[in-house]
This record gives sequence, structure tokens and C-alpha cells, in this order.
Amino acid sequence: MEQLFALTPLIPVFPLLAFALIVLWANKNNKLSAGLAIGGIGLSTLTSWAVIAATVAAGHEVQIAGWSLPVPWLPTAASIFNTGFAVDGFTAAMLFMVPLVCTLIFIYAAEYMEGDPRYARFFAYVSLFAAGMLTLIVADNLLLLFIAWEIMGLCSYLLIGFWFEKDSAKKAGLKAFLTTRIGDVLLFAGMLFLYSRTGTLTFREIFKPEVLDELSRMLIWGLPASTVISLLVFGGAVGKSAQFPLHVWLPDAMEGPTPVSALIHAATMVSAGVYLVARMLPLFAIVPQGTLSWVAIIGSVTAFFGATISIAQNDIKRVLAYSTISQLGYMMIALGLGGFLAGVFHLLTHAFFKALLFLGSGSIIHAVHHGAEHADDHHTDPQDMMNMGGLYAKMKRTSWAYFAGTAALVGIFPFAGFWSKDEILAEAWVQWHEAGSIGLPFWAWLAGTLGAFLTALYMGRQIGLVFFGKPRSKAAEHAVEPGNRMTVPLLVLALFAAFIGFINVPFIANGWLHHFAGLVHEPAEVLHLEAVPFQISVALVSTAVALLGFFLGWGMYRNLKAGQQDPLARMLGPVFTVLKNKYYVDEFYKFVFIDTTVALANFSAKFDYDWVINPIVNFVGNTGRLLGELSGRIDTVVVDGMGVLGTARLFKWMGRELRLTQTGQAQNYLLVIALVSLSLIAMYLFGI
Amino acid sequence: MTEQIVFFIFTIMVLGGGLGVVSTKNLYYAALFLSLSFSGMAGYFIMLNAGFLAAVQIIVYVGAIAILILFAIMLSRKVMTTNEPQTNKQNWLALIVTPLLYLTLIFLVVKVNWPVSSAAPALDVLTQMGAQFLGGYLIPFEVMSVLLLVALVGAIILARDVEKGRE
Amino acid sequence: MQNIPLTWWLSVATALFSLGLYGALSRKNAIAILMGLELMLNAVNINLVAFNRYITPQNVTGQVFAVFVIAIAAAEAAVALAIIIAAYRQRGTVNVDDLDSMKF
Repeated sequence: MEQLFALTPLIPVFPLLAFALIVLWANKNNKLSAGLAIGGIGLSTLTSWAVIAATVAAGHEVQIAGWSLPVPWLPTAASIFNTGFAVDGFTAAMLFMVPLVCTLIFIYAAEYMEGDPRYARFFAYVSLFAAGMLTLIVADNLLLLFIAWEIMGLCSYLLIGFWFEKDSAKKAGLKAFLTTRIGDVLLFAGMLFLYSRTGTLTFREIFKPEVLDELSRMLIWGLPASTVISLLVFGGAVGKSAQFPLHVWLPDAMEGPTPVSALIHAATMVSAGVYLVARMLPLFAIVPQGTLSWVAIIGSVTAFFGATISIAQNDIKRVLAYSTISQLGYMMIALGLGGFLAGVFHLLTHAFFKALLFLGSGSIIHAVHHGAEHADDHHTDPQDMMNMGGLYAKMKRTSWAYFAGTAALVGIFPFAGFWSKDEILAEAWVQWHEAGSIGLPFWAWLAGTLGAFLTALYMGRQIGLVFFGKPRSKAAEHAVEPGNRMTVPLLVLALFAAFIGFINVPFIANGWLHHFAGLVHEPAEVLHLEAVPFQISVALVSTAVALLGFFLGWGMYRNLKAGQQDPLARMLGPVFTVLKNKYYVDEFYKFVFIDTTVALANFSAKFDYDWVINPIVNFVGNTGRLLGELSGRIDTVVVDGMGVLGTARLFKWMGRELRLTQTGQAQNYLLVIALVSLSLIAMYLFGI
Repeated sequence: MTEQIVFFIFTIMVLGGGLGVVSTKNLYYAALFLSLSFSGMAGYFIMLNAGFLAAVQIIVYVGAIAILILFAIMLSRKVMTTNEPQTNKQNWLALIVTPLLYLTLIFLVVKVNWPVSSAAPALDVLTQMGAQFLGGYLIPFEVMSVLLLVALVGAIILARDVEKGRE
Repeated sequence: MQNIPLTWWLSVATALFSLGLYGALSRKNAIAILMGLELMLNAVNINLVAFNRYITPQNVTGQVFAVFVIAIAAAEAAVALAIIIAAYRQRGTVNVDDLDSMKF
């Protein structure tokens, strides 16, 4: 079984190969391109399973210490920079989720994207995207991880702006790219610090207790090096995982095709940030009360505010987008409280049910869009929930799958989300009770629980609006269930959403995932990694708020008539408007950053053009021109007139005179020969 | 004494002919003077124990070249007007250079002590020549024959009437 | 034979050569120039045969060379006359003053 680990480097290669083949060869043929992409990711999935099987079989030691394949890549003066691949329990867990979800999304997309003029290109992009994410997971060092990270950044830009004919899509792509770029720069700075302080970027090297200890004692700008570096790394994760305050790009990312949204929100892009924090967690934790608190605070804020915004959105995908932001906040809470496995567990379950929800929403949009075309209606926005209603009767499969996803997200026993979200809240609860006072864990628990209520509320609202009541538009009336290639992945994902939670249920195998993946940071000796015991009180509270929220939302919205005012808007009044406008964060950013930048740019432009720079440039230029004209005169008169042309004239004159000797008459030449012979003989005779 | 008389007669023929060639305005006369000069030279060759060469001289020069020149003169008869000067602008220079050259060469001829041999002349001149042509001078001989062939072809091509040659 | 010294022959040859040279240099007509050239070649032949007779009477190398000279003179005359005829056809003249296309 050990040999199977050698397959690891192949995992990202298949999608990459698919990308290359599609771009270079298959791009004319849509079916072939889709087949290549699905085949590539499918092979990756199988390879991943082989590697997972090897990890499972290898036992506890390997799951903690991991298998690695270092490749000496860049010899520097003192040492060799190694890059390479590594697999441990955590990686294996990710390897189970990422390629599988990607495969299902690809299959789904094969039908969803039908009729798109850039069908093949789409599959090339998503293949590259998947290759990036898989590389990120199997990387054993930060540099390779960063490369993969940037590949994903590029792909997200390309895919969000995939329908670039739409101005909004173009702008959304740009926004995603630039916003995540802020995080990327921070991450890169962190990497540079780390390398300059430790001389290595390989995870296992960094997490040796002595290295961590050294890092915590070194100072950068008066702070422990580990704090500075981990804050910078966290900055990267904030950008990638759309945490407050860099969350603004994620909702706009809905401009991309729905499979892309699913890909970004579930399997790849946003998971990368959480993965990075989870992977680097010992560095965060080495200084107590350091970066981890910030992670928890940002997570709490994001979890709560994301959920509040979500309840006021009408676009079916935007609701889910803010839900993702909120759920990522939960993961950050877990990681921030040191609950490594709780965060990872939620990452895995969330990937499945959020992929399910996005693909379900795509299926709904697809259906409504077709309904709108059928009804010859080109004005209805197929993504607006206010235009839907009563879809349950028309789309049984999608509906049930969606219900499963919703139950998982809301946290209904025994669906996946119940177990994973509960572990996070239990972590906070236990730490609150251990501390015995109202501190960060309490606020995290409160934000989580309130967030859970809001989650249930907006999902109840969504379910009520979309599936129940009467259709509120012609388009919804004519909606039809899409084909098998879209619904089967939904059902598969629904199964996972329902049952994936059991891999870490405390009552079964004593929390299997905990032993498989939860102990990878044990060698670093800085985290408490023991499993949090199941907290029945937490479970009861969160189930209660979830059910309350869900039925509140469902009840309020299930019979909403077309044109009727939103019930929540009536209840909350101006607060709802604030929420609907996402706390005006975008406007705030526009006001603070963009307008200031533009004003500064205008000022600089004025400074440049009108006030200082240009006059100086013009002065220098004019002086130079005058000097040039002067030297031009000198050139014309002295150099040209006397030097160059004078010489030329001299030789021209000489040539004209000498030309006369060339008469072209043989007799003349003969005469010269005679003369010369005469002279030569005379010279011989007179002994000259 | 007889030999000297004969020599002078031939000399008059040779030099008189040559002088006629370069001085007469009429080209017909010039060509005829040329034949006279060539004939005198054939006499010289007989005196110099080169009977074969004398025959060649008569056949080739007098019989072929001089006649050829006569033909050429007649073919270009239209421009053979005799009333305009036949000399060009550098005539005066040539008149200075050639006598000077002549005098210099004569000076050379007289000054040099020629290693004259008193041995009797070869009797089998023709045999020896034949042996030389097909022996030591075989390659120049063959080359010369090719040259003659080339000259023959070249002369035909050059002198061909282009207008008619197109047909 | 010794009644006539070698220098006589050489003097005659030289005189003939100078006459030929003069003709070649001063005549306008191409055919006349050719005749001058023939005279020069013959002067050389006299020299060759005379040297052969007076200096190496036992062999005939000089005469062999004279034959070569005659042959080449014949070839030259044939080609030259052909050129003259061609030039006459093309230009309507055999005056070498007018045939100056070698001039730059």
C-alpha cells in the first residue's frame, strides 16, 4: 500500500493535462473537451482514492507524520530549496472531498453549459482551476501552495468574468481578482518573512517545535515573528476565503456560471483560505492570545454579519453566497479557538452541502430560465426568488436534494451540518465554561448561535419562496426539471450532505475523522488536539434556534403573493434596507478607497500635467530642442558643408577628372601599354 | 653577297609592304601591301632554313588571312571612303612613341651579345617538327586545335546575321 | 649564311613590329588595326625563326612556336573579323572611335 503514495504527484497532473489538451487540441470539439475535463478530474478522483486508501492502511503514525516526496528544486548558496508533495491525514481528508465534488460539478456543468459559445474554454478553465486546488492540497511547502493559490486566483478571474459580454461580469471578475490580490500580497509578505527567518518553507520543517519556539522569540517590529507572519498569512486567507473585510468579491462572483459558483464556494477557492489557516495553525497558536484571537474575532464577525445580509437578499445565488461567507466565518471561529478538527470537519461537510445547494440553485435557475424562454418572457430575472414559487411540484428531484442540503446547512439532526456546526459551537461553549467568564469564546458562541438562527431563517425564507406557494411568474409556471446529468450529481451530493457527518460522530468509532486527520499538528506540540466531548446542551440550543428560524422563515414566505411586500422588510423597516444593501460596505469602500484613490490620482495627474512635472519636462525638452537645433546648424554648415560634403565634392571632382582616362577605346589602352613598355625597357637599359 | 642581295630584296618587300599597310589611305591597297609583306616573310623563312614555315606562311597568311581581310573590307565597303583621314586623334603620340620604341629596341638588339651558335642547321626539320607536335608539345598542339575550332564556331556565331538567324 | 648577322634579322623584325604597332595605334579603321596586329605577330615570327636558326640550329623549337603563333593569329583574325562584321551590322561603322561602349 505504501507504494500508492507515489501516485500523489499525479493527482493534479490529470486536470492540468486535460487543460492543456483542451486548449491546444480539443477546443473545437465541445463533447471531447467536456469528456477530457471530466476524464481528467475523474482520474484524479480515482488516484486520490488510492492515496487515501494508502493513508488509511498506513496507520496512525503516517496519518500524523505524513508521507512526503521532497524534490530538490532550487540550489541556493547555503542550502537547497526543496519543493515537493506530502500526504497526511488532513491532506487525505481534503483529497476525498475536492476531486469528488469537482467531478460532480464537472458532470453537472456538462449539461448546464450546453449551448454556450465558449463551452470548451469553460472546461479548460475549470480543469486548470481543479489542478490548482489539487496542487495546493498536496503541496508540502508554502511556495508550491502559493503557486497553486495564484493559479486559482487567475482561474477565478477568468471564470467569474466568463460571460464577459456582461459588463457586471467583467467588473465582478476584476473585483474578485483585485480583492483577493490584497490578501495574496499579504500572504507573500508572510512567506518572505518566514523564509528569511527560518530558511525553509516546508510545512514540516517550520512546525518542528524548536523552529516554532525560535520564531515565537524572534521579533519583527517589536512583535513576535510568528505573530507577524501568521497575521500576514491570515491576511491571505481572509482575501481568499472572503472574510470580513475582504468579503466583497464573493457575492459578485455570482456573475459567473453557476457551476463556477459551486466550484468557488465549495470545493476550491474559498476552501483554500481555510485550508491554509488550518495548515499553518501551529504558527498561529505558538504565541497564546496572538493571531488566533484575531482569527476568531474575524470569524465571528463574518459569521454573524454574513448571515444577516443573507436574509435580505432576493437573488437565490446571493443568499447562498452570503451564506458561504457566514459558514466560512464558522470555520474561522473553530480555527481561531484552536479547534483544528472542528474547522476542518466543517470545511468538508460544508463543501458537500454548499456544492449541493449551488448546483441545486443552478438547476432551479436553469429550469426557470427555460420556463421564461418557453413563456417567451425575456424580462424575468431567472435568479430572483421573487419570480419563483411552487417549484416543488415541478422539480421533485431537485427539491428533495435541495431540502437535504438545506437541512445540512441549517443543522438538522442527523444531517452533516448538524455534526460539524455543533462541534464548533461546542468548542466555543467548552472554552467559555473553562474560562468561567464572558470572553472571546462566549462571543464566538453567541455569534455562532445567532448565526445559526439567521441561517435557518434565510434558508427557510428561500425554501418558502422558491418551492412553495404559487408561481409568481410565468417563467416559474413553465419551469421543467433538467436532465440526468444535472440531477444525478445533485442526488449524489445530497447523499453526502446527509451522511458525511457520520465520519466524525463522537458515538461512532470515537470520532473517526478526529483520529484520521485531527492529529496532524501533534508534532508541533502547541495545540490541544483532544476531541471536544459532545455537548447535549449546545446541540439542543442550536437545534431549537435552527428549527425556530427555519419555520419562521418558511411560514412567513411560503404563501407570498406576487408583488407583495417582503414580510421581513415590513417587520425590520430601515434595518432591512441596510441589510439589503450589505451594510453599504461596497459603497463605503467606494467612498473611502476608490474615490480617494481617484481623487489622489486626479491630484497626481494635475500635479503631473499642469503644475510641476510637465512644465519641468517641457522646459528640459525645449532646452534640449534648442540645443539640438543649434548643433543641427553646426552640423549643416560645418560638418556637412565643409567636412562631409566637402570631401565628397573633392572626390567627385577627382573622379570626374580621372574618368577621362577611361576612354573605352582599346587603342588608347594599347598606347599606354606601349608607353609603359618603352619606359620599362628604357629603365632596364639605363640601369635605373 | 648573293644572300645579302636576296635578304635586301626580301627586306624591301617586308618593310615596304608594312609601310604601305600603315600609310595608305585605301584599305584595298593596305590589304594588298599586307600580302606583299607576308610573301617577303616567306622568303625570309626559306633563308632561315624553315621551308615548312614558308609554305605555311604563304598558305595561311597570304592565302587565308589576307583574303579574309579583303573580304571583310569589301563587306564593310560602304564606310570605306578614302577621302577622309584614316588616322585617329592619337596619331601624333603614336608617331612619337613608336620610333622611340624602335630606337630603344634596336639599341637593345645591338647591345646584347647574342650567343650565336655556328653549328650546322638541322636537316630533318619537318621530321623533328612532327615529333615535337605529337611529343613534347602534344598538349599545346591539342589545345590549339580546340582553340581553332572554338574560333571557327565563335566566328560563325558572331558574324551570323542576327535578323536572319532568328528564323 | 653567316654573311647575314643575327642583328639584321632582329632589326628588320623590330622595324616591322614598330610599323605594326604604329598601325595598331593610329588607324581609325578596325580592319586596319587588325592588319597592324598581323604585322606585329609576323615580326615576332621572324624573331622566333631567326633565333632558332642562329642560336639553336640543331632543333626546331622556334619553328614549332612560330606555327603556334600562326595558328593563333589565324584564329584571332577570324574572330576579330567576325566581331568587326557584327559591329558593322549593328552600328553601321567599323570606326573604333565610335565603338566606345567600354567607356564608363
